[in-house]
Amino acid sequence: MSLPTASLGKDLVGLEDLSAEQILAILDTAEPFKEISERRIKKVPVLRGKTIVNLFFEASTRTRISFEFAEKRLSADSVNISAAVSSVSKGETLVDTARNLEAMRIDMVVMRHGASGAAQFLADRIPSNVVNAGDGRHEHPTQGLLDLLTIRDHVGKIDGLKVCIIGDILHSRVARSNIYGLLTLGAEVAVCGPPTLLPLCADEFGVEVFTRVEEAIEWAEVLNVLRLQLERMEGGYVPSLREYNRIWGVTNERLAAAKRDLLILHPGPMNRGVEIDSDVADGEHSVILDQVTNGVAVRMAVLYLLAGGQPESAEAAKQGHGA
Amino acid sequence: MSEALWLHGGRVIDPSQGVDATIDVLIVDGLVVTLGGDLRPPETARTVDCSGLIITPGLIDVHVHMREPGEEHKETIATGAAAAAAGGFTGVCAMPNTNPPVDDPAAVGFVAAQGRRAGAARVYPVGCISVGRAGERLALVGEMVDAGAVAITDDGSPVMDSGLMRLALEYSQSFGIPVADHPEDLGLSASGQMNEGLISGRLGLSGKPNAAEDIHIVRDLLLAELTGGHIHLQHVSTRFGVESIRQAKARGVRVTAEASPHHLVLTHEAVKGYLTDAKMNPPLRTSEDKEAVRDGLADGTLDTIATDHAPHHYDEKETAFADAPNGIVGLETAVGVILTKVVAEGVIDLQTMVERMSCQPARAFGLPGGSLAEGSPGDVTVFDPNVKWTVDPEDFVSKSRNSPFIGWELTGRPCYTIVGGRIVFEV
Repeated sequence: MSLPTASLGKDLVGLEDLSAEQILAILDTAEPFKEISERRIKKVPVLRGKTIVNLFFEASTRTRISFEFAEKRLSADSVNISAAVSSVSKGETLVDTARNLEAMRIDMVVMRHGASGAAQFLADRIPSNVVNAGDGRHEHPTQGLLDLLTIRDHVGKIDGLKVCIIGDILHSRVARSNIYGLLTLGAEVAVCGPPTLLPLCADEFGVEVFTRVEEAIEWAEVLNVLRLQLERMEGGYVPSLREYNRIWGVTNERLAAAKRDLLILHPGPMNRGVEIDSDVADGEHSVILDQVTNGVAVRMAVLYLLAGGQPESAEAAKQGHGA
Repeated sequence: MSEALWLHGGRVIDPSQGVDATIDVLIVDGLVVTLGGDLRPPETARTVDCSGLIITPGLIDVHVHMREPGEEHKETIATGAAAAAAGGFTGVCAMPNTNPPVDDPAAVGFVAAQGRRAGAARVYPVGCISVGRAGERLALVGEMVDAGAVAITDDGSPVMDSGLMRLALEYSQSFGIPVADHPEDLGLSASGQMNEGLISGRLGLSGKPNAAEDIHIVRDLLLAELTGGHIHLQHVSTRFGVESIRQAKARGVRVTAEASPHHLVLTHEAVKGYLTDAKMNPPLRTSEDKEAVRDGLADGTLDTIATDHAPHHYDEKETAFADAPNGIVGLETAVGVILTKVVAEGVIDLQTMVERMSCQPARAFGLPGGSLAEGSPGDVTVFDPNVKWTVDPEDFVSKSRNSPFIGWELTGRPCYTIVGGRIVFEV
């Protein structure tokens, strides 16, 4: 199988600085990888001999498991570290954690961290490949990529498509990665949410801004509905979850008023009855589970491409052991 | 026998006397004796050849964090005073947000004594406004002044209670000292990591809006107007803040204010890449704000250039942006940055630079110096306006190296710093 190549550089920190060619290369690489997960024996030796650390400073189920499946299906050796049971809880700094991992001669780090910029920080300080699995409010690039892949699968294109991201844009790394990736691929992008949950200069991101969900539904062809973190209510950004649902919830009644059928995405985990009603989430235009399936393929593509950029993988490939 | 120092052949710029001429300066027993064209110094005088150099009244920085007591791994009064001297400063005001804070006369006495022991730049203690910097009740202001405090401030934190700020502005008038405030409405900014705007939005960092600073600047101006007290506004960074101070001065409000070198030359663009050495409070703002601060410095709305020298250990800055402390070092880069990026760019001339870095800081805080008039303290800065150099933290005298100016190529650097007629720094 001849896989397309793309130079992503050493790391995948975000989509903001990627070109359309780089993003499309990842999506195109993900296509053949989808098939691996459909096999009876879901394993290929592409990353055999590679050591990957999944370093999660924040709780994660979906993203961590998705990365883990991607790694296992490419035959990498992976180790999971969560902050609660690691030396981080003993006061070790991020840079020391990274250097210690590096001293064990690992090849890649997949990191989730609560601080914006943490992935860049790590990438600047260790020679291993760094894949950002979410840094604070900044970016969650593999989520953005799997959203792009899912939209492309279902609509057939991204260029010129009208995509609206609904919810807590201010605190959302998913929103930022979607905005950057969609704009780079030529989509028209809008954001919608309570003004308390929109960045001050949202319009300067190059997106439309709606503060009423009805206007967003009227405008869009695709809705990406973000999870409303419960702590936003405690923080006073919205008065109550019930009010949020009544005013910004994506409901069948509201969708019925649209002039066309809208593709519905949600990065999960969903608060049914808050940002999205169950009949929408489970409805015929929802592609939420396709997103999850695509997540594994996209992450395989990212790991593969980053590994291909490393000189040592060339040696391994020569011996028939890997990419 | 008297000790004499003869500074020969330099260009003397002393705005306090309207002097700008190539003349000599003679300092005897720690005091300026005379300026003149053909001085006959005593035979025992040490002669310093100042040809090609500029001689000014000693520079004074009214906003410096010495970190002692409590955070001596970042800086001590000795290293801070030496860094000040290396930066051309003959006097610095030590902020009281130490651990414990400088909120009583004993602590003020300690800072003063450590400053004398350092034997470098003069160290003027500043006391807290409130006990423990807690913002609740007035500290022992009168006794702190008796012990040597030259001003009061809760710097690092604003005084959130307007009633307390009113009391401070009233009570301080008995002692003729300014009340210095770090203007910030924490309700708007407490969680903020940088200027709130497009860059914070893109980086996913929480923001401090201009309004957080503007609200407290306007409040402080109103309270100074109400009480007749002297408010000194620290590190002004916003367009509206500068304009508000300008209007208040026109109304006769007793206000003085600072501009920091970093707010004069950098914007929030410098944060891109999550550079923790571009993280300080107030944050770097937009180019519009930067231009307003430059205009304010030029027209005198902002009286003083003050570095807000804020040393932090490299471990503390070597972390994710949100986890890094606010502040940058500034003492050793101020003269070079101001000469290269403010004076050479035509914002102010050399005379105004000396006004803002020597005469007006002395006047605003009632400090000796700021002049080379006969009988003034022999505090003198001599700098070479033409020497080119590159900022290298390995050369810093300060214990810390958290500077956004690392690697900058600057023109102009101090070569002698003289305190009380004694050379405390020379290249």
